[in-house]
Amino acid sequence: MGKSTTKPNRAQIFTNGLIKENPSLRLVLGTCPTLAVTTMAFNGVGMGLAATFVLICSNIVISALRKVIPDKVRLPAFITVIASFVTIVQFLVKAYVPALDSALGVFLPLITVNCIILGRAEMFASKNDVLSSAFDGLGMGLGFTFTLTLMASIREILGAGTFFGIQVMPKAVDPMGIFITPAGGFFVFGALMALVVFIETKTTGKPKKRSIGCEGCPSAGSCQSKGECDK
Amino acid sequence: MASKLAIIFFGMILTNNYVLVKFLGICPFLGVSKKLDSAVGMSGAVIFVMTLATCATWPIYTYLLVPNGLEYLNNIVFILVIATLVQLVEIILKKFMPPLYNALGVFLPLITTNCAVLGVTILNVDNGYTFVESIVCAVGAGIGFMLAMVLFSGVRRRVEDAKPPKCFEGLPITLVAASIVSLSFMGFGGMIENIFKG
Repeated sequence: MGKSTTKPNRAQIFTNGLIKENPSLRLVLGTCPTLAVTTMAFNGVGMGLAATFVLICSNIVISALRKVIPDKVRLPAFITVIASFVTIVQFLVKAYVPALDSALGVFLPLITVNCIILGRAEMFASKNDVLSSAFDGLGMGLGFTFTLTLMASIREILGAGTFFGIQVMPKAVDPMGIFITPAGGFFVFGALMALVVFIETKTTGKPKKRSIGCEGCPSAGSCQSKGECDK
Repeated sequence: MASKLAIIFFGMILTNNYVLVKFLGICPFLGVSKKLDSAVGMSGAVIFVMTLATCATWPIYTYLLVPNGLEYLNNIVFILVIATLVQLVEIILKKFMPPLYNALGVFLPLITTNCAVLGVTILNVDNGYTFVESIVCAVGAGIGFMLAMVLFSGVRRRVEDAKPPKCFEGLPITLVAASIVSLSFMGFGGMIENIFKG
């Protein structure tokens, strides 16, 4: 994030979300959809783009309203804004891509409680101007979409032998069904994260510590038991 | 009737386990499962809030939203009802039941934005469950969450002592361990329906 006191560079904010603060693999946010919808590449892309749309819109609105919303009720206010945009996305997906709607199922309305979106509202949009917040939303959203697509591609190619529904593996190779089961989801995510840690160690020497704790938790602001999860 | 309830209840615990099969509520599953007592406290709070949230949202949906043709608002209404409810419960517990508050209270704010709680309320109305079925489903989902948390906190103690390859240390190896626990739950597939069909 723009730690310097000068005006934050918008291009930097945008690329931040793609690589340096990639929501799924580095900040470990939004794990539920990352694991659940990545059985097919198409679902991964769809989920990522739906979340990106909500993220950009909610970031813009929350950033525009940041001086109006009282600090004490900011969480309910953020949630209401996000839930409204999720409802819009639900309508759009139901109308134009009904196949995606049935594939994502409950995870489409659950974008409302996706930690990435609430987390960015709390950490970025409520402190920065509208344009920066829009770029932050775009970068984070595309970073999320990229990770989902990558993971879904791995699982679909190995687990079903197809990529976006097109047969890519030779027919002689039996698809390893385990990869599209829930167990395969946990495994691929763990292995992918280990790979990213490996690359980080090779390039920077010191990998970022990953934990699911207060950092990135949307409730951290109102939580009285800080650090309880990290123990 | 009774067999349908039993199918829903045990199905939620084993075959449709929210954490290990449906991937709802992964954050607390990975975050709070390091110690057994926090795992139990967290799951207790989840069972409690899931049941209460279902008790509150099902009547609102059926008697307020459906007659007025506002079903599409369920997302916004449910999340706000859950958020308010959790705050209210926190205040009431703090004032009248301090022991229960000490056991569950610290985890309550975390649950407001937990996808498992919103998920169970939405799935209940999507599946067209009756009020009783919804409650049974919510309690089952909560107990399934507890089962996964308690089992996994045991697995995790062993994992913390193990020495995996350097890049797998921490969260990656935890995810691989979760994968193996999830694999064991796959064995329950189809079992519940067959037992209670008769």
